[in-house]
Amino acid sequence: MAMKTVINAAGRSVPLEINGKPVVPFKGVGKHKPEGSKYSPPIPTCSDYPDDGNKVVSSLEEALHKCGLRNGMTISTHHHLRDGDLVSNKVFELASSLGVKDLVWFPSASFPCNDSVIQYLEDGTINRIEGSMNGPLGRYVSEGKMKGTAVLRSHGGRVQSIQDGEVRIDIAVLAAPTADSFGNAKGTGGASACGVLGYAKADYLYATKVIVVTDNLVDLPCFPMEIEGNYVDYVVVVDKIGIPEKIVSGTTQITKSPDRLLIAELTASFLEKSGILKDRVTMQAGAGGTSLAIAVFVHEILKNKGWKLKFGFGGSTKYMVKMLEEGQMDFILDAQVFDLDSVKSIENNPNHVPYSVFNAYNYHSKGNLTSMMDIMILGATEVDLNFNGNVVTHSDGYLLHGIGGWQNCLHARNVILSIPLFRDRIPVIVNEVTTLCGPGELIDVIITERGIAINPLRQDLIESVKGSGLPLKTIRELKDEAEKICGIPQKPQFEEKIVAAIKWVDGTVIDVVRKIKTR
Amino acid sequence: MKKSIAIAGNSGPKVRSDCEIVLELKTEGGINIDLTSKVKVLYGESIKDLVVEVLDFFGVKHADIKINDSGALPFVIAARMESAVKQLISTNLEYLPGFLKENSYTTTRDRFRFSRLYLPGNTPGLMINAGLHSADGIILDLEDSVAPEKKDEARILVRNALRQINFCGAERMVRINQGERGLEDLHFVIPHNVNLVLLPKCESADYIKQVEEVIAAIKMKLNLKNKVFLMPIIESALGIENSFEIARGSENVVAIAIGLEDYTADLGVPRTMDGKESFYARTRLVVAAKAACIQPIDSVFSDVADMEALKQNVLVSKSLGFEGMGCIHPRQVSVIKLGFAPDKTDIEKAKKIVLAFETAKLKGLGVVALGSKMIDPPVVARAQKIIDLAIRLNLISSGWMNEIPPIELKTLK
Repeated sequence: MAMKTVINAAGRSVPLEINGKPVVPFKGVGKHKPEGSKYSPPIPTCSDYPDDGNKVVSSLEEALHKCGLRNGMTISTHHHLRDGDLVSNKVFELASSLGVKDLVWFPSASFPCNDSVIQYLEDGTINRIEGSMNGPLGRYVSEGKMKGTAVLRSHGGRVQSIQDGEVRIDIAVLAAPTADSFGNAKGTGGASACGVLGYAKADYLYATKVIVVTDNLVDLPCFPMEIEGNYVDYVVVVDKIGIPEKIVSGTTQITKSPDRLLIAELTASFLEKSGILKDRVTMQAGAGGTSLAIAVFVHEILKNKGWKLKFGFGGSTKYMVKMLEEGQMDFILDAQVFDLDSVKSIENNPNHVPYSVFNAYNYHSKGNLTSMMDIMILGATEVDLNFNGNVVTHSDGYLLHGIGGWQNCLHARNVILSIPLFRDRIPVIVNEVTTLCGPGELIDVIITERGIAINPLRQDLIESVKGSGLPLKTIRELKDEAEKICGIPQKPQFEEKIVAAIKWVDGTVIDVVRKIKTR
Repeated sequence: MKKSIAIAGNSGPKVRSDCEIVLELKTEGGINIDLTSKVKVLYGESIKDLVVEVLDFFGVKHADIKINDSGALPFVIAARMESAVKQLISTNLEYLPGFLKENSYTTTRDRFRFSRLYLPGNTPGLMINAGLHSADGIILDLEDSVAPEKKDEARILVRNALRQINFCGAERMVRINQGERGLEDLHFVIPHNVNLVLLPKCESADYIKQVEEVIAAIKMKLNLKNKVFLMPIIESALGIENSFEIARGSENVVAIAIGLEDYTADLGVPRTMDGKESFYARTRLVVAAKAACIQPIDSVFSDVADMEALKQNVLVSKSLGFEGMGCIHPRQVSVIKLGFAPDKTDIEKAKKIVLAFETAKLKGLGVVALGSKMIDPPVVARAQKIIDLAIRLNLISSGWMNEIPPIELKTLK
């Protein structure tokens, strides 16, 4: 039975229904404006909770039982424990042993350590994942093996879907490095410190039931409280919520690849010569090896010129912390912490401030931090001749990554994708992206090791680097150069079946991923 | 016993942009290809087509081929196939991929050779983007960076790289092996527009003559007109003693380099940071080169992580009279180039000379003077070279002449 599809505003064929629920096709950037009121969770009554404030129960199983875990529920978790997360998998292990079926897992992101949930997709405990799909999990979904259809959202889109009621979280299971018996919790302290807990904010505010799981129970009050106990139903104490060395890298390292370093150097040089980088601007770059190198080169420029950034938005790393400490940046606003230097900094430096994506990326908030950012450095798996970007699939058609904050960050003033022209013969600049994640009108500059292409919509930027000596090319020239070296690739073959929906930041469907045809 | 199975190329978790090919010749059954590749979806068919084409070229009709590919480009796959075939079949045929027209440039004897980037001759992943790092020269190395059992396949890979990789204007260099094997290496590289050949562990002017004879024979046979320059590398006490004769060994010797790891080993002393043990050899080599009017080139600096130490090393090297240094990592290129580049005083002086020359030309004067001093043509030429280099290195802009305030110009007139 073929699903009814329509062509959305980005020219992509998308369905009107996903997982049995109606969806809105993408209408254009900033066009979709839902009306009515935000979703509200059921009204709790304080007299139903212990007067002494002690919400500790004996086990996660008991807590899930008391929350009324049953078939078809939506279970959310956060990803602050990254690849060291021991809590998410445990939830589904318990659900599976209790014979619960058809759950929806709604994580803020997944990591390789979560690949073991494949067994719970296989045994029917989980119907589908609405979150990021990496590595083996992405392969599993791409091959059409997941029962339900995956839904991929940006970090901000996740908050949007919670606030407008598109996703109703039945039970939020929130790992907390430090918590008290009332449920107040924070990301610092204990053996499993992860720095901040910002990704859990929408979950604890909007879920019907909230379970805090900690391995570091402290006396009340756990302060500063990133999760407020007033929203929490149960507290569970376990031996270990995570594997510390996999939660934060001991140290993040800039790339050693000469080609990536060249891309980083070109990016910094472009920022300087175009005049985008100057005194008192704001900047965000990720924690990938190339981004870290860009931060180092930008730091050099700031020092040489005597300039200062107003603030940088984290994911923080030691390279950002260095800028803060050496006086080239006034504040770090931080959504997640990537290494030990940053954990130490956020604990001790009053100018290194937790700042949740709830406040930075959310479509249903009265303005956003991202549109105030001057410089935004991002990556992509593919970019096409119209500057459209893809971050979830590779050119071979397989789902490989989550969207993260990528879509939200496209709203910054100057969006720069610093990417290699090809990766081990896999082309990055293509005729048309395999999966559309971000419309080209929001992507300003592509910087590769073989040249820089500026979106023709940004004549001001094109003008600003005239005669600068930078290797400026058109995006078509870059594509032709890649194809001359790598050869013209064949197209991956897909079946009709839709395996994943890609949501835009406003909750509309911008594209879908179809089942890969295997021979 | 005649071999019937050949293995060529590389595979493994860390290998990129390469492939390993296992070839077994059969007497029947046609061509069977078992391809494992991370780019199978994108290039699977074209890889198979290429393999069939290469086998057909060598007249192989029946074979089982197992390919483990990590994103090798076509010229790499072709090289690996040819290497495998040649382990099993004796043939003089060569499967040559097309020669990029961008690669047909020549170089001049007096061009700058500040930085030369060494690339291991059997590691294609490092070659593809090597030209982007703005080194003055790119060295495809057949000698020390290639394992003895990989020497034959490296020749074929380097040959194909010379034809297929655009090195973006860098001087195209190959370091051949020493002795007899080095002379054989020449047959694989000279026909493919090599600009310069490095001769390792060179100890005598006689060897230079042997190399020249082989090159001349190849050029004559193929009717090649391109110049092939030579850069002998001196790596022994005997080589140092003979350095002046080596420097004058042929009119094509344009530079002479020193290799300190082997030199200190020959002396039986450790190589130290301050390099007292090699001070004599280095200065001796500089003098020999200058006396022969060629460029003296210093040894590589092996700590690729320590850019500050490299910078200091370059400054010492420049002060001894060296005019360049080898690079073993692309990140060293800019440090070395900047180190050997003209400094501010040099550039300011050159600007004045060029301006005076331009002014004289404008006035139709035959003689150029700066203040009360007459300036000879070679001095102007050298000044122009410094200016050109400063522009290439982004030390001054190409429109520097227009940026000089008019009042300053007046004082020069």
